[in-house]
Amino acid sequence: MADQADPNPPGDNRPALALHVPEPRSRPGDPVNFADVEVSQAGAQPRPDEGCAPGDMKDLAYDLVRVLGDDDKAHGPWDPKLDPDTLRTMLGHMAMVRAFDERMFRGQRQGKTSFYMKCTGEEATSVASSMALASDDMVFPSYRQQGILIARGYPLIEMINQIYSNKGDKLKGRQLPIMYSSREHSFFSISGNLATQTPQAVGWAMASAIKGDSRIAATWVGEGSTAEGDFHSACTFATVYNAPVILNVINNQWAISSFSGFAGSERTTFAARALGYGLAGLRVDGNDALACYAAQQWAANRARANQGPTLIEYFTYRAEGHSTSDDPSGYRSAQEREEWPLGDPVMRLKNHLIAIGEWDEDRQAAMDKACAEEVRATTKEAEKNGILGHGLHHPFHTMFEDVFEELPWHLKEQAAQATKERKIKWPDQHPMDGAGK
Amino acid sequence: MSADVKTTTEETPAVTGRRINMIEAINEALDVMLARDPDVVVMGEDVGYFGGVFRCTAGLQEKHGKTRVFDTPINECGIIGVAVGMGAYGLRPVPEIQFADYIYPGLDQLISEAARLRYRSATEFIAPMTVRSPFGGGIFGGQTHSQSPEAMFTHVSGLKTVIPATPYDAKGLLISCIEDNDPTIFFEPKRIYNGPFTGFYDKPVEPWKKHPDSEVPEGYYKIPLGKARHVQSGEALTVLTYGTMVHVAEAVCREKGIDADILDLRTLVPLDIEAIEASVEKTGRCLIVHEATRTSGFGAELSALVTERCFYHLEAPVERVTGFDTPYPHSLEWAYFPGPVRIGEAIDKILKD
Repeated sequence: MADQADPNPPGDNRPALALHVPEPRSRPGDPVNFADVEVSQAGAQPRPDEGCAPGDMKDLAYDLVRVLGDDDKAHGPWDPKLDPDTLRTMLGHMAMVRAFDERMFRGQRQGKTSFYMKCTGEEATSVASSMALASDDMVFPSYRQQGILIARGYPLIEMINQIYSNKGDKLKGRQLPIMYSSREHSFFSISGNLATQTPQAVGWAMASAIKGDSRIAATWVGEGSTAEGDFHSACTFATVYNAPVILNVINNQWAISSFSGFAGSERTTFAARALGYGLAGLRVDGNDALACYAAQQWAANRARANQGPTLIEYFTYRAEGHSTSDDPSGYRSAQEREEWPLGDPVMRLKNHLIAIGEWDEDRQAAMDKACAEEVRATTKEAEKNGILGHGLHHPFHTMFEDVFEELPWHLKEQAAQATKERKIKWPDQHPMDGAGK
Repeated sequence: MSADVKTTTEETPAVTGRRINMIEAINEALDVMLARDPDVVVMGEDVGYFGGVFRCTAGLQEKHGKTRVFDTPINECGIIGVAVGMGAYGLRPVPEIQFADYIYPGLDQLISEAARLRYRSATEFIAPMTVRSPFGGGIFGGQTHSQSPEAMFTHVSGLKTVIPATPYDAKGLLISCIEDNDPTIFFEPKRIYNGPFTGFYDKPVEPWKKHPDSEVPEGYYKIPLGKARHVQSGEALTVLTYGTMVHVAEAVCREKGIDADILDLRTLVPLDIEAIEASVEKTGRCLIVHEATRTSGFGAELSALVTERCFYHLEAPVERVTGFDTPYPHSLEWAYFPGPVRIGEAIDKILKD
């Protein structure tokens, strides 16, 4: 029994309390209205000096830094003034991410692997922002930053091998698809647990500072996951040690079925989280590749000059489901994607290049075709190493390796047991020749 | 105050012949308790409008309202922490942790707070929460969607740990947990949500409706905590198991023609020690089967208890069949899983002499 059986006992003239439970703009079948999303004018936001005190730039935590205007031109002080070759490279990476996502999603549907996650609509937040970092700056991504790997030149075949858990997978089939790791590309191993990477990025940055290194760290986390305590830990340590780190919050509006209101967006912005901690806070149009680049560059310059950490909110939209295990038609209006007021990041960058006379539709079509063809050919190549479910691609003893640096007695015994079981199950076959399922 | 809440007497449920799966059974238990007790609240990531990623809470928000069934921020520490606070007020929260693998950020609230509140306040405050969470592997979920961490919770004094193996038990045990005044961990074996998986992964899984224990009465009924279920009687050996592995062990014994005495423990803490002793004293041989990793797994506790209490009845050493002491691998899932071959070998070893 609750303490107060009668919520309004006689004579109590205090008002009855009521619990607020957030509710999104629209549910399946509802009309969509994004009128409450304030889209600021491109170029209208001031760009403070990179050493600016967080309190002196607090408006930028509530505004929206935008560079690309409705005229597809670049505007204002945040224009990073990239040369056309760099812009074309950026567009190429984003197109490749999209082509890759399409193919891998289809591969999962065809039963070639267990799981996949697209980043459609969010390509700029990983591609453009990571291009503003040095290639040896350390990144601690979440699970939707395949764009960083592609921008850093990680071979597609390595990604596909990992997604298929096949014998070419350098992570030995241990991790869920898309949980990549590449130390060579300064890309930290993806966990699968949420926001755990955020204090780790701060720790890496602290280490770099302890050692007098010049490399900084950056982390990416979804807006939903900022609710985790780890994110609070990251902000606190970042500010206490003035760590050379960038905390990128990808506000794509949805955490599986929970809209951003369940992480606090009804009351304030995610960038404004920075202010309470004394971090610099920027809120950026996440579908504007130039703004994404410019904000990350600003924060990187600040960190590199020992002037402090930055929290950047990228305001964007998760155009697809959370993953292949999710069907968003069960909880949000399908119209949202079409009505999203910040457009499509790939189209906006393409239109910008066309507007400045450095690109055209024919070249775009040829590039899209080339991306699709490269992904197709690489997928075929990767499939020679096998797909999930066709063959046990890794010898059973690999399951026991790397639990510790050295194998203790009990794991040696268990490895022997596993091998024995394999011989009982498939007496005539080698584990890598397609015997298992 | 809630410390002296009534214990509801058991009511005999009406048998209807109606068959449902484990997801529907869990949904019904929540539905029944939300309707029956205005202090029950259901909360967790995606449990509200959407009805949960496994659909266990489908339709409940629409039926019982947004302040009884609601989504939460992605913060397991917060989910369990607010459940402690709600319990202190007098509510009976039923938080969901979306996967058992994600429960660890909530451990401080669970172990240091929920489990200790009754003791440290000398019953002034209690934490009558039921933490529901899908656990276990067999779905190609990799290391972050497959773990079986039940032993960690059994090690914490003040927590009850409950694991159903059938739709009938899932509903009756969940209702008992919700009515229980102690904090309870209710682990749902997600591999058997839709059918009693037998470990023969290359064969199709039969749906629950072909299994007699999917016959679930409508309305309210309870299965007492601390009571094991006798899956089958036999003389050759005792099998102590729970969750998914009940069906795997049963299938292996059937396939090998072993006359096993199989106990589905259902509640790990408090444990039905009488049923275990009676069975082992009868058969003189004991096999323990769980999916969780071996070292310090619950099998170690069971093995110790059987050895301490039934030693002079034993005709062979107690055997454990478990998952290996590695993180749950993605592609080698079936090499990891303690399936029919591993169980069969252990049975042969126990019965050898």
